[in-house]
Amino acid sequence: MIVEVSSVSKRFGSRLVVDNLSLMVSAGVCFGLLGPNGAGKTTTMRMIYGVTQPTSGTIRVFGIDIARNLRAVRSRLGVTLQQSVLIEALSPRENLRVFGRYHLLREPELSRRIDELVEFLELGSHGDVPSKQLSGGFQRRLAIALSLMNRPQLLILDEPTTGLDPAVRLALWSRIRDLRSEGTTILLTTHYMDEAQRLCDRVAIISRGKIIDEGPPTDLITTHLAPETVEFDCAPEEEATLLYGLSLPSRRLRVGKRVMVYLEDATSLSDHIRHRDEGDRRAVVVRPTNLEDVFLALTGTSLEGGL
Amino acid sequence: MSVSVPHALSVWRRNAAMYRRTWKWNILPNFFEPVFYLFSLGIGVGAYITEMGGTSYLTFLAPGLVCVAAMNGASFEVTYNVYVRLTFEKAYDAMMTTPIEPDDILAGEILWAVTRACIYGGCFFVILAIFGLATLPSLLALPLIPLAGVLFAAIGLVFSLKIPNIDLFSFYFTLFLTPLFLFSDVFFPLAERLPENWLWVAEVLPLLHPVRLARSAFQGEISPILIWDLGYILVVSAMLLLWARRAIGQRLTN
Repeated sequence: MIVEVSSVSKRFGSRLVVDNLSLMVSAGVCFGLLGPNGAGKTTTMRMIYGVTQPTSGTIRVFGIDIARNLRAVRSRLGVTLQQSVLIEALSPRENLRVFGRYHLLREPELSRRIDELVEFLELGSHGDVPSKQLSGGFQRRLAIALSLMNRPQLLILDEPTTGLDPAVRLALWSRIRDLRSEGTTILLTTHYMDEAQRLCDRVAIISRGKIIDEGPPTDLITTHLAPETVEFDCAPEEEATLLYGLSLPSRRLRVGKRVMVYLEDATSLSDHIRHRDEGDRRAVVVRPTNLEDVFLALTGTSLEGGL
Repeated sequence: MSVSVPHALSVWRRNAAMYRRTWKWNILPNFFEPVFYLFSLGIGVGAYITEMGGTSYLTFLAPGLVCVAAMNGASFEVTYNVYVRLTFEKAYDAMMTTPIEPDDILAGEILWAVTRACIYGGCFFVILAIFGLATLPSLLALPLIPLAGVLFAAIGLVFSLKIPNIDLFSFYFTLFLTPLFLFSDVFFPLAERLPENWLWVAEVLPLLHPVRLARSAFQGEISPILIWDLGYILVVSAMLLLWARRAIGQRLTN
């Protein structure tokens, strides 16, 4: 196991932020901690790299108890924080040099590693201009490069693509996949379901400091719901009449006027609704079930915090 | 937890990497500032003063100004610059994702503040030498530059780590460093102007001790009170460093 979190709780004053949480991340896996803002994802991460001390419980990384030998653990992991830690006055190459020195890298290894990362994250075009002149996506790539200076066996990414445009997100995902295929274990937090679904081999859904369920994304979907979703607007009092005469599966969720029905095969239901709505047809969406639905089903709240 | 010297040096090198970009512009004022003081006060005001503390006014003034330069060099670094690194640049949060520990950060910052104190104080000393004010025994005052640097680095760090917002630095500069500059024996012997039962006030002022030591070195005189001065610098620095160590641990971990 690369990361073993055993019965960890964290209390800030009277507030219990992480509640008896356990999780295991095995080598070579991309593991996602999924949950809304304030669920305890960042606190859990901070405990894993040792800047927040658990109130109770133990954490082992690479088999080492982090309360015993934090330096040894940190020398083998990399962390990309949510906030920018770039030195704005310095260029990407200079930033990488400073960061490499934190890991006590020396020449010629230091320069070799900088060149590798400049190439890997495609930083070459602006390698020597002050970082404050770089775009958001460029800065994020540089931030990830910084955390790779020491060739970490475990890479921790806190909200790696929050605030980035779709093209940049896609590019970053592909870099993260490259790292995983080279054998780096990745632990990331996100509140984007699509990100978790595309990148992660396993995800843990976390809400109010607890893990509600954990597993490969597709397994979570089939265990809790069904592969296809029919989504449409329908007032609560109208629902019974609309769906009358159908033998519907057990899972159905409602968010305000929106109803989501989860099925093995969505065709019959969508046809049924089309058929009922004769003149004025409502919009019916048929789509694959995703982790957002699972989250909704498990917690009764939506991830974007609307409910 | 203990200090790892290579890690502390990597913190120092971060600051050095940034300073290297601007030192050419920074170092020039460092040379001019002492020249202005020596001209205005030493030569200008000094022309109306026949002697002070048994010497010419210019000679009286020189050693204290070396200590003031060291104090300023360290203070700028550990106030605004440390606060920016801590709060806005998140430099220490970044370091905490690497094998660097809070103790290494503290050690690196102190070392860097002392480096700046040495640059300021050193420039001043060179100017004094050019003006013929640095006597052979005055070389003994050189170690006081890093000592004053550590003392004011420690004071400033505790302040920077404890204050809730950046605006409070104006208090530090106006209500703490400025009075120290004006009343710590640099311009006149404070003890001679204080009533008998207020003499202890002078002894509380942190800048007064390096100034008294520096003046003794410049004049080549030794007296028992210098042991107290040296003891004050060492003990107060050590106590404040312990406090700063606690404070930085609390700021960076939870």
